[in-house]
Amino acid sequence: MTSKTLYDKLWDLHVVRTNEDGTALLYIDRHLVHEVTSPQAFEGLRMAGRQPWRADAALAVPDHNVPTTDRSKGIDDPIARLQVDTLDKNCADFGITEFKMMDKRQGIVHVIGPEQGATLPGMTVVCGDSHTSTHGAFAALAFGIGTSEVEHVLATQCLIQKKSKNMLVRVDGELGAGVTAKDMVLAIIGRIGTAGGTGYAIEFGGDAIRGLSIEGRMTVCNMAIEAGARAGMVAADDKTIEYVKGRPYSPTDETWDKAVKEWQQLHSDDNAVFDETIVINGADIEPQVTWGTSPEMVSGVSNSVPDPASEKDAVKSDSMKRALEYMGLTANTPISEIKIDKVFIGSCTNSRIEDIRAAAEVAKGNKVAGNVKLALVVPGSGLIKEQAEKEGLDKILTDAGFEWREPGCSMCLAMNADRLEAGERCASTSNRNFEGRQGQGGRTHLVSPAMAAAAAIKGHFADVRNLGE
Amino acid sequence: MTNGEISVRSLHSFHSVGMTEENIMDKFEIHKGLVVPLDRANVDTDAIIPKQFLKSIKRSGFGPNLFDDWRYLDTGEPGMDNSNRPLNPDFILNQERYKGGSVLIARDNFGCGSSREHAPWALLDYGFHVVIAPSFADIFFNNCFKNGILPIILSADVVDGLFNEVNSNAGYELSVDLPNQTITKPDGKTISFDVDAFRKHCLVNGLDDIGLTLQHVDDIKAYESKRKESAPWLFAPHS
Repeated sequence: MTSKTLYDKLWDLHVVRTNEDGTALLYIDRHLVHEVTSPQAFEGLRMAGRQPWRADAALAVPDHNVPTTDRSKGIDDPIARLQVDTLDKNCADFGITEFKMMDKRQGIVHVIGPEQGATLPGMTVVCGDSHTSTHGAFAALAFGIGTSEVEHVLATQCLIQKKSKNMLVRVDGELGAGVTAKDMVLAIIGRIGTAGGTGYAIEFGGDAIRGLSIEGRMTVCNMAIEAGARAGMVAADDKTIEYVKGRPYSPTDETWDKAVKEWQQLHSDDNAVFDETIVINGADIEPQVTWGTSPEMVSGVSNSVPDPASEKDAVKSDSMKRALEYMGLTANTPISEIKIDKVFIGSCTNSRIEDIRAAAEVAKGNKVAGNVKLALVVPGSGLIKEQAEKEGLDKILTDAGFEWREPGCSMCLAMNADRLEAGERCASTSNRNFEGRQGQGGRTHLVSPAMAAAAAIKGHFADVRNLGE
Repeated sequence: MTNGEISVRSLHSFHSVGMTEENIMDKFEIHKGLVVPLDRANVDTDAIIPKQFLKSIKRSGFGPNLFDDWRYLDTGEPGMDNSNRPLNPDFILNQERYKGGSVLIARDNFGCGSSREHAPWALLDYGFHVVIAPSFADIFFNNCFKNGILPIILSADVVDGLFNEVNSNAGYELSVDLPNQTITKPDGKTISFDVDAFRKHCLVNGLDDIGLTLQHVDDIKAYESKRKESAPWLFAPHS
C-alpha cells in the first residue's frame, strides 16, 4: 500500500465518484451555516423547488451581524435584523437546527462547531466562510465555500472538487514562554506569504504543533486561509480524542469505540510524500505584531517597521509603501513605540476560553492605559462566556477597564456596531489586517490575546515576556 | 462606450427564471471589452465589496459599491443613493478613459481573504466579465466560475506587459475567446491561457453544477449506505 498524507486519507474517505477530468464528487459530513452567505443559497433552493439532501448534516447560527451589547430588544439595524430573521425563517422552513441569537449555545460558527462536537475528526466540514479551515485542527478536511457551493451542498450533500497539493509546515522544538499559537501562525504566514499556500492543503506538524492545546491548533488552522490555503489540518492524537469526548454531538458507547479506531488512523504515514515542506524552529519565534495591511506584513515585537526602500521587488516595495501610508507608520519605527487607540480580543481566531484566560492573566491587577478609548473582550460563544464568568475572568477584565460583551464576530469584520473610526489604531486578536476591515480607515495590528492585553495596559505594543520590566 | 461585442450576459436573475437541470447560467464564449488596470497586489474581497454591503439577502445590486472604500471619498452604507456620492478622482474606475470597462487586470493574489461570493457578484454587476492576474486566491477563483466570470492566470511578465500597453493606449481592448483559450490584443497578437476542462465546459455551455451533480444521485446514495456501515456516528440523528 502506498503511503498517504493525512489530506490524502481524508480525501479518499469522501470521494463519491471521480470524474474523467480528475475532479471528484466529494461527500460533505457537516455543513455549518451563518446568516451572511446563506440567504441567496436558500432562495436558490426555493426557486428550483429543491429540498436539503440531509438537513441533519447542517447546523446554523447567526454570528456576523449580531450585536454584542444587550440583545433583549433585538437588533437595531433593520438590514442586519432582516438578515438574521431570514436565517431563522430559512432554518425553520427547511428543518435545519439553529442556535438562535438568544440561545446560550449561540456563538461564532467556528467556535460552536467544535464546542458542540458537531466537528469531529475525519469529517469533511464546510461553511460559507473562509475561516472554516479552523476545524482542520481535529484532523478534519474543512474549507470555506462560496454561496453557490452552499446551495450545492444543501441540495446534494456533495461538492465538485479538484484535489489540492500537499504541503507540510513543520514547527520543530518548543515555543518559548509567552509565545502562542497565534504568534506561530503569524510567523508561518510571514515566512511563506499570503499566497504561499495557494493550491495546497497544509498539514501543520512537528513537536511544537503537537505541544499545542486543541484550541491552539484551531488558532493555527484558522489562519491557514491567510497563507492562501483553503484547508489547514493537524493529525489526530490523544488530545484530539479527549477534547471531543462527551460533547453533545459526539458519539457514545460502542459507536464511540468504533469512531476512535478510525480517528487513530488520521495522521500522515511515515513515508508520505509532500509536494512542499517548510520547516520552522519553534524556539526562533517571538511574539508577533503585524505592521501592514496584509497578514504577511508581520514582524517580531522587538523589531522595527521595515523600510520599503530596502525591498528590491518593485511590486512588493510599492505595496509596503502603500501599507505604511494607510497605517500611518514611518519606516524604522520600533514596533514597541506604536501607540494604540482600541483593543479587540475575540474572533474565530482567538475567542476561546484559553484566549480569555491569557488576556485576563496579563490584565489582572492592571488598568487599561488612558490613551486606549475602548478595550473589548468578545467571547466566542455563550458557553465560553458562561465558563469565563464562572472562573471570574470577566471581573478581572472589567476591573482593569475592559468591556465584557455578548458573543459574535464583532469587530473582526465590523458588520455590527463594533468598529474602528477612520485613523484609529487597534491591537486585535482577529485574523485580517486588510484596509478597512475593522471599519473604513481603521488600522489593524494582529497579535495574540496576551499581546493585545499587554498593549491595552501599556497603551502601546509591548513584549508580553518583559512586562514586569 | 467601448464594450464592443459581448456574448456574455449577466446572470443576476438566473434564479428567478424557470430552472432546468442544465443551461442555467448564461454561456460564455467570446468576450471583447475595454481593459481596466488595477495596479495592486493582494486585492482582497473586503476591498472588492466592503462588509456593510453583505447584509443584503439578494445577489444583485452590488455593482455601485464595487471597491467602495477606494472609489468614493465618503463612507458608503447600504441604501445610499450612490449617484450623489463624492468620487475619488484618483481611483482607476473613476477615470473617464476606463468607463465601461469589462476586463480587469491586477497583480498577484487577487481575491484573497473572505469567501464572500458578493465579490464576484459585485464585479459582474459592475460589468466585469474577465479578470486577469498572475495568481488568484482559490475560493474567489472558484466563485468566479459559478457566476459566469472568467478568471485568467497569466505569468507576471505577461501581465506586466498588459499593464504597460493599457497605460499607454487609450481605449485598449482585449478579445477573450474561451473555446479556443486565446486572448487577442489590439495589434492582433494572441496570448493563450489555461483553464480547467470541467470549468470551461460549464462556462461555455452555461451549465448548473447542481443539475450535473444530481445526475449522480445513485452514486451519492451508494456512498452514504456504505459510509453508514463504517462510520455510523456521521449519520446519527440529534436534536
